[in-house]
Amino acid sequence: MATARTSYLRAGLIHVALVSYTLIALFPVFLTLINSFKSRNAIFREPMAIPTPSTFSLVGYETVLKQGDFIGYFQNSLIVTVVSIAFVLLFGAMAAFALSEYRFRGNLLMGLYLALGIMIPIRLGTVAILQGMVAAGLVNTLTALVLVYTAQGLPLAIFILSEFMRTVSDDLKNAGRIDGLSEYAIFFRLVLPLVRPAMATVAVFTMIPIWNDLWFPLILAPGEETKTVTLGAQMFIGQFVTNWNAVLSALSLAILPVLVLYVIFSRQLIRGITSGAVK
Amino acid sequence: MSDIDTADPEIAPIKRPVRWHILVFLAPAFLVYTAIMILPLIETLRLSLYNLVDGETVFVGLANFVTLFSDPRLAANFWNALGNNLIFFVIHMLVQNPIGVALAAMLSVSKLRFATFYRTAIFVPTLLSFVIVGFIWKLILSPIWGIAPSMMDWVGLKWMFAPWLGKPESALITVSLISVWQYVGIPMMLIYAALLNIPDEVLEAAECDGITGWSQFWKIKLPLILPSIGIISILTFVGNFNAFDLIYTVQGALAGPDGSTDILGTLLYRTFFGFQNQMGDRSMGATIATVMFLIILAGVSLYLFVIQRRMRRYQF
Repeated sequence: MATARTSYLRAGLIHVALVSYTLIALFPVFLTLINSFKSRNAIFREPMAIPTPSTFSLVGYETVLKQGDFIGYFQNSLIVTVVSIAFVLLFGAMAAFALSEYRFRGNLLMGLYLALGIMIPIRLGTVAILQGMVAAGLVNTLTALVLVYTAQGLPLAIFILSEFMRTVSDDLKNAGRIDGLSEYAIFFRLVLPLVRPAMATVAVFTMIPIWNDLWFPLILAPGEETKTVTLGAQMFIGQFVTNWNAVLSALSLAILPVLVLYVIFSRQLIRGITSGAVK
Repeated sequence: MSDIDTADPEIAPIKRPVRWHILVFLAPAFLVYTAIMILPLIETLRLSLYNLVDGETVFVGLANFVTLFSDPRLAANFWNALGNNLIFFVIHMLVQNPIGVALAAMLSVSKLRFATFYRTAIFVPTLLSFVIVGFIWKLILSPIWGIAPSMMDWVGLKWMFAPWLGKPESALITVSLISVWQYVGIPMMLIYAALLNIPDEVLEAAECDGITGWSQFWKIKLPLILPSIGIISILTFVGNFNAFDLIYTVQGALAGPDGSTDILGTLLYRTFFGFQNQMGDRSMGATIATVMFLIILAGVSLYLFVIQRRMRRYQF
């Protein structure tokens, strides 16, 4: 009886602690979202209130869409993110397959070489990356960003995918070889479909830092044509500091796609983390 | 492994056709990674040994480092940034990781209701970009909007409110705590995963011996998740000594007020690109990047060769 009561008490305390932390985590985001739909007066008079018909206003969003080319920024971010992820997954899976499937001289060394980038941030090479991009005429192009993000995403992708590829059964691959499949066909038609869940995990891990990055867009592609959402929002807010409606709306526009994607992929992401994909 | 390759070439010197497919599989990743990541990194390290003298790039040895450590203005900036970066890291280790462990420990309590919801919600800030997080907190802490003071008023702490981001003595701590708020999800998730991997038999055995609740956490679970705590520590270290975005967004490139939030990332940016009346300096930028590289390398090596080796790992 006593133990039952203490365990109820304990569960209650745990819930109190977790609910409070959840509030701390979500409150700032919630506050931004609700205030972006309010008129300027309401933002200051009752910042905590949910927008009512009398305080509802879209003036912030109007300013944002008129003044900044947010649709263009979204397009840029989307192109950069999707193309980079595609390259990371394709090249990463190919390299992971080579490392996990074949024994050849230098295999271990190659694996270590490719894993270096997990710990050493690519940012430290910025000085020379910029120099190289200038020499190649790629400054202010989305190509420059795609190249950098592909290189940045590869080490972790190869590491995670080769762990998973080791679990694909040898019998299956050997059966394919006996049936006369080439090594390429074995990779593309037998192995890739089997590691699809791991690919999804890698895609999510690769996506977040690319979508959120400010450093490389700021340095490699700051032009109006190639601004990503993160950089666009940063610069827009910098110009409109005093226009609270516009600032809050710009922030909400930058939050929403991430939130929507998270709601769709959160299971995948959390399963990926908790299944020990990153160890 | 593959059946093609079971024979050791030393023992059976049969001439094998070159396995081109291995090369094809490895080449794209190897080329992109080498060209965009490794070569620029090496080039940056090399550039730190060169400088412009009379308009020409010449080899100057370690002169750039001597300048960085001893030039009155530059050295002051550098030591200030390094010191701030250390404080930034210490705050993360003392606040972010313990909170992360505590949240994970609570989430992993068996049969806890709504655990998925809590986990999903607490991870939300981690997904947002620094730009969003930085501006949101700037607005909340702004005395103009008054969200923070009025919330503190509810609990009777209004007198404690100050424009924390604007004061040199509190700005760095405030920025660090914002970063902690954003990143607490990562230690939480990794520790949570580690806790879930502890086999039930171990915990049942502990319960049979009368070790439950608090003492179970300290005596059984914590020693078992130590390797994961090691990993989050090194991830925090690398992330912190490479941080830039949040400070740039919240306090600008000058990392004000009065350089009190300047860390190595913002110093690198200002030195390399120049800011206001200061000219950009490529060699000095490369020098700072090299110092950051050495700091991160030292941390990672310490972890890989000393801490990880000593750590006892349990196999189940």
